[in-house]
Amino acid sequence: MLQYLFKRLLLMIPLIFGITLITFSVVHLAPGGPVDVQTEMSLKASAQARENLKRLYGLDKPLHEQYLDWLKRFIRLDFGKSFVDGRTVIEKIAERIPVTLIINVLSLSLIIAIAIPIGVLSATKQYSIFDKLTTVFVFIGFSTPTFWLALILMIIFGVSLGLLPISGIQSIDVSGMGLVDRIIDWAKHLILPVGLSAFGGIAGLSRYSRSSMLEVIRQDYIRTARAKGLKESDVIIHHALRNALLPVVTILGLSVPGLIGGSVIFETIFAIPGMGQLFYSSAMARDYPTIMGILVIGAVLTLIGNLLADISYAIVDPRIRVSGKNR
Amino acid sequence: MIKIIWKRFRKNSLSVAGLAAIVFLAVIALFAPVVSPYEPTAIDVYNVLSPPNSSHLFGTDELGRDVLSRMIWGARASLKVGFIAVGIAITIGCILGSVSGFYGGRIDAIIMRFVDIMLAFPTFFLILAVISIVEPSISTIMIIIGLTGWMDVARLVRAEFLTIKERDFISAAKAVGAKDLRIIFRHIMPNALSPVFVAATFGIAGAILVESGLSFLGLGVQPPEPSWGNILTSGKDNITVAWWLSLFPGIAILITVLSYNLVGEGLRDALDPRLWGKEKN
Repeated sequence: MLQYLFKRLLLMIPLIFGITLITFSVVHLAPGGPVDVQTEMSLKASAQARENLKRLYGLDKPLHEQYLDWLKRFIRLDFGKSFVDGRTVIEKIAERIPVTLIINVLSLSLIIAIAIPIGVLSATKQYSIFDKLTTVFVFIGFSTPTFWLALILMIIFGVSLGLLPISGIQSIDVSGMGLVDRIIDWAKHLILPVGLSAFGGIAGLSRYSRSSMLEVIRQDYIRTARAKGLKESDVIIHHALRNALLPVVTILGLSVPGLIGGSVIFETIFAIPGMGQLFYSSAMARDYPTIMGILVIGAVLTLIGNLLADISYAIVDPRIRVSGKNR
Repeated sequence: MIKIIWKRFRKNSLSVAGLAAIVFLAVIALFAPVVSPYEPTAIDVYNVLSPPNSSHLFGTDELGRDVLSRMIWGARASLKVGFIAVGIAITIGCILGSVSGFYGGRIDAIIMRFVDIMLAFPTFFLILAVISIVEPSISTIMIIIGLTGWMDVARLVRAEFLTIKERDFISAAKAVGAKDLRIIFRHIMPNALSPVFVAATFGIAGAILVESGLSFLGLGVQPPEPSWGNILTSGKDNITVAWWLSLFPGIAILITVLSYNLVGEGLRDALDPRLWGKEKN
């Protein structure tokens, strides 16, 4: 297991290297580039001013040197300072990341808690009404623009019924509340964003666990388990489920970038001060150091998500643990 | 061949309904100038934010523009983005995937690591980063969605190539001295295309969703040019007073994306040779 983990970690190094390379290229090779953007607002910016700016950001050096400089600072987690307010990028990201992570972890838990039972149930009762209904739900779930659903739910629950707040993560008067009230307040603010960002994932994962389960219950060992007279619930829970969940774990890992990317839309709609919203405002302000920092961190978070998925895969699937040991 | 596929596709009534909806939308988008009741950008200050009524079926927006007309023109934008973005993605994916699968070895390793790296980026982040540099417009987002969406196609094509290149007719082609390019495009590619078609159909659905999301954030199709996403932006700005601005464009997106997904599902079943044996029953 340890050996497997070590190998898996080693594989991440070239990927992270590639991620930094692409991040750097996106910002530096695109037509325009950082300095043009800063000076295009004021047409009067002289050639001299542009040169000064270039020197300030080290943009007068050849590209590969710039990249190496940036990479050296990146290794020390130094992404430079924001163009907007001069604070360090890492500080800006660090204060935004917890909110985004909490929302994503909550919605991932919601996805798992809802999608897997749905998938398993509709597989064991294939072609039943429940199965057909969930299939319809899955297709609609795949096809719904969640930002639109967010708008509609905001109109229903926020505007018409006035039940839920429609922006932010806490009320203005939160500091005056007791602990219980405070938690209720957070829950009210988070229910729509978390539920919505889970929505698409629930559709996808329930479909996936359904087909995975269908495949497993046709296997010989399930027939054997039934033949020796086990209760159907035992067969499903102890024999089928564990095997059916194997590929599902991988899919969960793959869904991480979608969740993180989706946070841009949700955090913007619900005015949640997370990484997605920071990214959106940085993109609007063309704050390159922050954009590059978030791009890298977003991609690394994805790699970590995949790593966690692979580790849990290894935990549930003994074959991987064993083959890792042998090598 | 096409007859058989159609025969199998036809059995799935939902997919056929999806196909009908797609054709209907395409016709509307094509004849937008004829079918839309008003000019999509015609401002009418006397009819600002009027709810749906007999002269404006879907109501008007904050500048008095007819929402139905804007949606009809918006269909054009969505379909254009969907098709061109997916066209770009498929071209890149087919080229890289076929090279990777056909040659194997180091080239394959490099291309596949590149795919892994691209997949690590949350796509929306990557798109947003590029748009922050290049002016957002309908052509920008088509290209960017295409450039960030080819990875799955590359993987699919590579996998097809890996199995097909071992087959006897490829050895035969090599034996008679066919050049690599000819083998790739004439002999392997046509046999590797069915999963690509399926992926393309799902891809169009995805691209339309991404386009509407970007336009909604103000980073896609730029007003006054109408798109479903940017009508929803005015829906959000007028969320307390004009529900119709939020409701109708969203339903249009939902139905369109759903139709492409249904057709994709139907195509997948119709093109899957493993299911062909069951055709009789």
